[in-house]
Amino acid sequence: MITIDSLTKKYGRTTVVDGVSLVARPGRVTGFLGPNGAGKSTTMRMVVGLTKPTSGSSTVAGRPFHDLPNPGRDIGVMLDASAQHAGRSGREILTIVQQMLGLPGRRVDEMLDLVSLTRAEADRRVGNYSLGMRQRLGIATALIGNPGVLMLDEPANGLDPAGIRWMRDLLRDFADRGGTVLLSSHLLREVEVIADDIVMIGHGRVVCEGSKADLVRSVGTVARADDTATLRRALHAAGIDTTVSDEGGVTTTAEPAHVGRVAFTAGIALTELRTADGGLEDMFLELTADTQREDTSPKKLHRERAAA
Amino acid sequence: MTTTSPTTYDSLHEHHVDAPTIPLGRIVRVELRKMFDTRSGFWLMASLVILGVVATIGTILFAPDDELTHNTFAAAIGFPMTVVLPIIAILAITGEWSQRTGLTTFTLVPDRRQVLLAKIVSSVVVGIGAMLVALVVGVAGNVVGTAITGTDRVWDLSVAQFGTIVIGSLLCLLTGTMLGMVIRNSAGALVTYFVLTLVLPTVFGILAASQPDFVDIRPWVDAELARSFLFDGPPQGEQWGQVAATAGLWLVLPALLGLRAVLRSEVK
Repeated sequence: MITIDSLTKKYGRTTVVDGVSLVARPGRVTGFLGPNGAGKSTTMRMVVGLTKPTSGSSTVAGRPFHDLPNPGRDIGVMLDASAQHAGRSGREILTIVQQMLGLPGRRVDEMLDLVSLTRAEADRRVGNYSLGMRQRLGIATALIGNPGVLMLDEPANGLDPAGIRWMRDLLRDFADRGGTVLLSSHLLREVEVIADDIVMIGHGRVVCEGSKADLVRSVGTVARADDTATLRRALHAAGIDTTVSDEGGVTTTAEPAHVGRVAFTAGIALTELRTADGGLEDMFLELTADTQREDTSPKKLHRERAAA
Repeated sequence: MTTTSPTTYDSLHEHHVDAPTIPLGRIVRVELRKMFDTRSGFWLMASLVILGVVATIGTILFAPDDELTHNTFAAAIGFPMTVVLPIIAILAITGEWSQRTGLTTFTLVPDRRQVLLAKIVSSVVVGIGAMLVALVVGVAGNVVGTAITGTDRVWDLSVAQFGTIVIGSLLCLLTGTMLGMVIRNSAGALVTYFVLTLVLPTVFGILAASQPDFVDIRPWVDAELARSFLFDGPPQGEQWGQVAATAGLWLVLPALLGLRAVLRSEVK
């Protein structure tokens, strides 16, 4: 379990993270979604103490992170798969973590098998790794201490479609066995397919949160019938506003069940009935519209500050 | 790479209540390993030995026969040490920022003081180890060198003198550690180290030449000059005070600022 309680980070007058609260629960994958520079990475860094929050607090497995005696046994963290010494081999990087956590040496090979890095690949320097291989190594590093919690920043970056599928299965399995997963992404599709709960963030603020099921349900319905006009008349008569898409689908904000019942009562055979496509995407774009246009500004500010 | 379903990890548990804290000894061992396990780290360590041997051969070839004493060998080998050891100490610290490995290191050990302490201990261990190697190479050089030239063997390096050379070298090494903490960037810290050890003493020298009043003050502020008391034989009376004063000014004080910066800085 990860609990974040109104974390705030200010750099001078710029507020990068503004009172973010969320709970990532055991047995569930929580997707932390937002455009680049929305404050996801800064929030995650604050949870593990790499960045000092201006205010607010967070806990991992019920304790503040710095109170965990051996944090790598409680939480697996991957903030940036590329943040490794290019001159070390993948195996060496895993061995360092294995020794630091006080784990048996066999864990290194177990983890290499788990993330499908071959022995030959493991002995190569990380500088020669593709981003996808680094992500696999990062996952291995996060899992080596057998933690109950995972926190991953953009874990699907650089993975090919098969790799994304592999990552999804791995995280699903982890959560199904009672683990807590908090992962961030700026790609809605990624989060949509894997997350049980979604927290959307824009401009450093949580703009929307809930279970994926709830978020999908609230976005409306698309229905289709041979006679579009008759369907619309029936829906209007039932007090449901409709719009018609270019392809002839009738879009409403009502629940699919309601639309179906109205059509049945009116004797209209529906040829299609489903929740609106890309509804989350519309919501995502709408909720973060003002941050999207200036999406790099907070991050750029960071870097300038770090460089100064 | 193929996609396989994950099967090789054990059942999960949220709380490792009994997980003991990571002992300092283990962090030191890991930090020592990290100093050797890259190609650059390995060659840096190897260069200590190589330079020692080269310095010994050079001394045999070029030093006047009557100066082929253990002390000469020790001085010849000690010089490359004072250059390479601080570089090792600097990189041990700055790598966490320049190579961004700190993201992992400080997440596994959130108490950054522990990590710094482990890095200082492991750097000092390497430093003392290197000095012992130098001592052995120096002995071998003296034996072989005097045998080649047929001169008498002179064992003129006292235990006390070796001790002060070790202290002097460790002061150089810890200056590297300090700069790593203050600057947290490999290139910047290396450049600053050479400014401190090459440019600053020259400035002090010019100052002493043009301002007669400065001559008496100089040993109290010129760390290079004060350290030379350590390398040139056990310092006498006041010179110990000058070593301490310059170490306080150029090492301890900035190190405290560096410690503050490391504890507060953002790791990204």
